Amino acid sequence: MSTTTHETEIVADPRVPLVRITREFDAPPAKVFRAHTDPELLAQWLGPRGLEMRVDYFDCRTGGSYRYIHTRDDMEAAFHGCFHEVRPSEMIVQTFTYEGVPDEVALERVVFEDLGNGRTRLIATSLVDSFEGRDAFVASGMDVGVREGYERLDELLARQK
Amino acid sequence: MTTDALSRVFSALSDPIRRDMVARLADGDATVNELAEPYDVTVQAVSKHLRVLEEAGLVSRSRQAQRRPVHLEAGVFDLMSTWIERYRRHAEERYRRLDDVLAALPDDVEPVPPTRQGA
Repeated sequence: MSTTTHETEIVADPRVPLVRITREFDAPPAKVFRAHTDPELLAQWLGPRGLEMRVDYFDCRTGGSYRYIHTRDDMEAAFHGCFHEVRPSEMIVQTFTYEGVPDEVALERVVFEDLGNGRTRLIATSLVDSFEGRDAFVASGMDVGVREGYERLDELLARQK
Repeated sequence: MTTDALSRVFSALSDPIRRDMVARLADGDATVNELAEPYDVTVQAVSKHLRVLEEAGLVSRSRQAQRRPVHLEAGVFDLMSTWIERYRRHAEERYRRLDDVLAALPDDVEPVPPTRQGA
């Protein structure tokens, strides 16, 4: 049963191209950490809804690497990166690349803050090397809604010509 | 091209002077001279910044009035908030699935799966 009191918060930093996500969980850091490092568990929650997540390899330790593929019908999207620092129940620092745009890489950090009473605050930041990249990254997470958003922007921009 | 349009909006806002100009236009329309006042730059430089904002669709300038006040197109910002909100909801959905995964885990689980430890 979930009694989460805080919904996901998102901050897109205006000064540096990063996105910060904060969310609290009714589980101790060890459990939340395990759900990030165990590929079988990860596959149950990470992928967007309606997509299958297939783990190619996943070696979650300092110096390890990972690759997974989201699939839906005939569509495939693969992601890979390296684990730069893995500190059990405390922190994961990793790189993240969408293979559709292989020259781009995000630096991601997930911090597991122990709130006591079996609760954890998760702080996940993604840093990229340009604001354009950051905003494309934000847009890419939007799955279905993004096309509609672009269409609305088109309309808006068209009206100003 | 839609992605270019999006990039133009965000790259227009990547400059601190342009962000500041946008913040001031949120209080009301202003002329180029009024906008140039607080900065130690030429009116020409301010005009150049305005052109970038205009091309990105963030501001517009009246064609009729002689002083051609600059107007903020707030709709673009509503759209950006919508995007961020969608992203947030997407993350929230993901974390609700994580809630379920966590609820099913035993309390004494090791933080790292056994086969991955050591090395």
